[in-house]
Amino acid sequence: MSIADALRGAGAKPAGKRPYFLDAEVERVLAITMSIAQELAVSRQRTDTLERLLLEKGVLSQGEIDAFVPDRAAATERALWNQEYIARILRIVQQENEAVGRPDDIASEDVAVEVGAES
Amino acid sequence: MSRNDPAADYDGPPDYRVIGRHALFPQTSHDEIERINFLAQMNRHLAANVVPGVKQAYEKRVVPAFEAAEGRPIANRHEAREALLADPAFQTWSAMRRMTMEQRQQAGRWTALRQSEQLAEKARELTEGDDRLKLDPALQQPRYVSAVDHHCMPGSYHTEYFPGDVTNGANYDHAGFVTTSGLLGKYSDGGGHAVARWVKRNLPDFQPRQILEIGGTVGHSSLPLAQAFPEAEMTIVDLGAPVLRYGLGRAKSLGVDNVRFVQASGEDLSIFPDASFDWIQTTMFLHELSTGSLRRIMAETRRLLKPGGIVLHVEQPQYAPEMPLFEQAMRDWDAYYNNEPFWSRMHEMDLDAEMIAAGFERDQLIHGGVTAVVDRDLFPDAADDDKEDYGRKAAWHVIGATV
Repeated sequence: MSIADALRGAGAKPAGKRPYFLDAEVERVLAITMSIAQELAVSRQRTDTLERLLLEKGVLSQGEIDAFVPDRAAATERALWNQEYIARILRIVQQENEAVGRPDDIASEDVAVEVGAES
Repeated sequence: MSRNDPAADYDGPPDYRVIGRHALFPQTSHDEIERINFLAQMNRHLAANVVPGVKQAYEKRVVPAFEAAEGRPIANRHEAREALLADPAFQTWSAMRRMTMEQRQQAGRWTALRQSEQLAEKARELTEGDDRLKLDPALQQPRYVSAVDHHCMPGSYHTEYFPGDVTNGANYDHAGFVTTSGLLGKYSDGGGHAVARWVKRNLPDFQPRQILEIGGTVGHSSLPLAQAFPEAEMTIVDLGAPVLRYGLGRAKSLGVDNVRFVQASGEDLSIFPDASFDWIQTTMFLHELSTGSLRRIMAETRRLLKPGGIVLHVEQPQYAPEMPLFEQAMRDWDAYYNNEPFWSRMHEMDLDAEMIAAGFERDQLIHGGVTAVVDRDLFPDAADDDKEDYGRKAAWHVIGATV
C-alpha cells in the first residue's frame, strides 16, 4: 500500500451520514482546530521525550531548561520568531483590517466583467 | 489533595506504553503513541470536566425552556435529547466527542494501514494451514453491519483491503484504548476477565468443555474465558474475516491455544449441531444487532446449549424507568451520533421477555453485574471510578439463563 493510499484510507469517511451539532462552518473549523491541538500535544510530548533523554545521558542537567536565559542575540531571534509566527497565523485578521481602509476595493470577479467587456 | 504532588493526585488513563503487545500488534512510533495518549485524555476530559456542564445546562436551561414552551415536563429520552440538541453545552460536547472518535479512527487506521502488508504477512505466518481459522468468503454481511460503520470505524469489522488483510483487526485492537481510557486493561480484555471471575464465583461447580462467543471479533473478551478454563475449547464466531485472522494470530502469539476462530453469522450457526456448547457468551455485542437478528441469535443460543449449560450476555445497563431521562438521553448519544443505530432500541427492550420467547424458562434466567478486571498497578479500576461516560464505562449488566 502506498503512503498516499494509507493517508487517504486513514482519513476515510465511515459509512453513515455525519451529524453536525454546530453551524457547519464552525464545526469544520473546530474539527481542524482539535486536530491541530492533538498535533501540538504530540510535538510537546516529543520535546519532553528529547529533554528526558538528554537528561539521562547527562547532556542536560535538571532544571537547566527552566533556568535557561538566552543571551541578547538569541533573545532577539526568539522574539522575532514569535512575531513572525503570530503574523503568519493571524494573516486573515491583518487583511480584514486592511480592507476597512480600502472602501473602494473591488472584487476580481467584477473586474473580470469590466476588463472582459467589448468596449 | 496531597501537598501539590501531581503524581499522587493523578486521575486518568495510563500512558499507552503500558499496553500489552503481541506478534500481530502494530508497531507504534513515538508520535503515534502520543496521538493515542492525547485522545484518551480528551475522552477523559470530556467525561470528567465537560459532561457536568452539560448536565447543569440540562437542569438549568433545557428543562425550564421545554416546560415553559410545552407546559409539561419532558416525557421521554427522545424529547430530552431533541431538547438538548438546541443547547450550546450539549452541542459543543457532542461536536468534540464526535471529533475525538473521528481522530481516533484516523490515528489508528494510519498506524495499521501504513504497515498493513507486514501485518498480513505475520498473520499468514501465524495462521496458514491452521484449521483453527475457518473463513467463509461467501458470507453475506447483514444490513445491521453494512448500513453504517459501527462507532465510525471505516470498513467496520469485515472489510478487507487485499487478500489476507488484517488492517481492521489491527486498528480495532491497538487503538480501542482511546475510547475506554485504559479501563479495559493491558490486552483490552478486562471485560472477559470480569466474566470469567463472575462465572467462577457464581457457578463454582461449572466445568464447561465447549465455550462459544458470538461476535467475539479479535478475541478480547474470549481469550480470558479460554485461559480461565484451559480444559475447554473456545470457539469465537464473527462476521469479519480481518478480525478473525488477526484474532487467531493474536491468541497464538499470547500462548492461548484452546481457541478456534470461525467466520459465520450468529443468526445462522447451522454449522454447529444442536446442544454443542456448555457456555455461550456475548460481550458488548447485542447493541450492534437489529431486533430481528437479536431474536434469531437468542434462538440459536437456545438450540446450541447443552443441558445444564449457560448463556450470558454482557451489556451496558437497560433503560429502566428509574434511570433519569438525562442519563438515558446521554446514553442514546452513541445510537444517533456514533453509528450505533440499534443501541437505543436494544436498551429499551425487555430482554427477559426476549430470552423467554427464545425458549428459556423465566425461573432459569440469570441477572448480575460486572466491572472490568484489570492490572490495578497500571490501569484505573472501573469499580473505583465515579465518573459516568454514558455507555462507555467498563461496568456492565449480565443477563443470561441456564437450561
